[in-house]
Amino acid sequence: MITTKNLSKKFGKTLSLDSVSIELNKGDAIALMGANGAGKTTLIRLIMGYYHPSAGSVLINGHNPIKNRIEILHSVSFVPQLPPPIKLSLAELISYISHSSNVEEKLIYHYANEMKFDITPNLHKSFFKLSGGMKQKFLIAISLAKESQIIIYDEPTANLDPKARDDFYRLLSTDTSQKLSLFVTHRIEEVKDIVNRQIYMDLGKVVTDERY
Amino acid sequence: MKTFKPAIKNLLLIAYLDLKESIRANWFIIYSLVFGGLIALFFIAGITESQVMGFSGLSRLLLMYIQVTIIILPIFILITTVRSISGDRDSHILEYMLSFPISLGQYYWGKVLGRFITVFLPVFMAMALAIVYGVFKGAEVPWEIFFLYTGLLFSMSSAFLGIAFFISSLVKSSEMALGISFFVWIFLLAFIDIALISLMLQNRINETLIISIALLNPMEIFRVSAISLFDPELTVMGPVAFYILDTIKQSTFVLISILYPLMIGILFAFFGFRIFIKKDLV
Repeated sequence: MITTKNLSKKFGKTLSLDSVSIELNKGDAIALMGANGAGKTTLIRLIMGYYHPSAGSVLINGHNPIKNRIEILHSVSFVPQLPPPIKLSLAELISYISHSSNVEEKLIYHYANEMKFDITPNLHKSFFKLSGGMKQKFLIAISLAKESQIIIYDEPTANLDPKARDDFYRLLSTDTSQKLSLFVTHRIEEVKDIVNRQIYMDLGKVVTDERY
Repeated sequence: MKTFKPAIKNLLLIAYLDLKESIRANWFIIYSLVFGGLIALFFIAGITESQVMGFSGLSRLLLMYIQVTIIILPIFILITTVRSISGDRDSHILEYMLSFPISLGQYYWGKVLGRFITVFLPVFMAMALAIVYGVFKGAEVPWEIFFLYTGLLFSMSSAFLGIAFFISSLVKSSEMALGISFFVWIFLLAFIDIALISLMLQNRINETLIISIALLNPMEIFRVSAISLFDPELTVMGPVAFYILDTIKQSTFVLISILYPLMIGILFAFFGFRIFIKKDLV
């Protein structure tokens, strides 16, 4: 599903990603780990097509994520580490997502309910006025409602209480065989029950890649 | 054709959401109050009743409005728009919004369209309100001036919106974008007459070159065109305006004054788009 070949990214003179070649396949549930500055976010952003590679290539289902961004992003769900301060109301954000990604609105409501977040009373509130936990639950609900083949979560449980974390991992554990899940995390104990592969990065390189 | 409809639908969706977000923002309330307030202030101050330099009533009010607008509209547009892309990039909004299958063209041009409506509508509505109020008070409506000023405001808004989107795409941080905006505004403002008069006085540079520099400045073109419907002998015009109106036919100049800033806006917005798609997004 995702193939990188000698993928490098430089910012000025700093090499953030150093010739990374990996293959991530359907059914893989990966914990992407490493210290701050190891290159995890850079790798994710290259996969998402946000960055232009300095060298090498990245392909998703055989497509270039920059040249074929619409095709690629139909099959990718992404939840960032920190919810951005989007000023749109929840209703507007739902409208944006359902129109751009053909996501059924009722599915967003369904997964939000599963995450114990009631959208209806907050529908006309600005997204950025919600609490950190509510924002994260809402973004997780959107990512699940999109029913993507590839899900990328960058520290998704950072703002969640233990109960919400349990809900999140319960929802993720259903039917993972047809998906590729990539979790950027610093806490392997949290995801160890749902991942089957662990990639450790340091100084822009993949140091270890273990399957179990 | 199959992909054209969804593309337009997404572009309009981005424009609509940007418009809604802007209308709720504090800057938009201040922006609308400033232009609406100006018109109210002119009426309260009795501008429509004064008889100075041969023009009075609504003509005088519109002229006053446009002269103030020349100064404040560009900076308002620049500082409110310049953070459109760079601010979203700074706050990681761009990273999230572009994780959905929206093309960069739909996102960028949708933002341009939404922001254009936001910046143009309050300045136009304030002027339209003045006309409605004037009619209600029984004043004679100077339609020729009204239509000219509508065209000028439209093209002036386009020019500075295009420049703002160009800056917004070019720089990474919104602070830098704001700084460049102020510089652009001060630079163009200085070249309305102040810098040009000093060049003329020095007598070192050919007059035609000075006039050409003036004609490159959309703010100067806007100013000269705004007063071109009045007596070209007016001393308030300044030397550059006098020279331009003495050299170029008035109707030709009005056409240039609408088309040229419009072209600048489109070109800068287009260059901004090229930068937007060529650079890293976040």
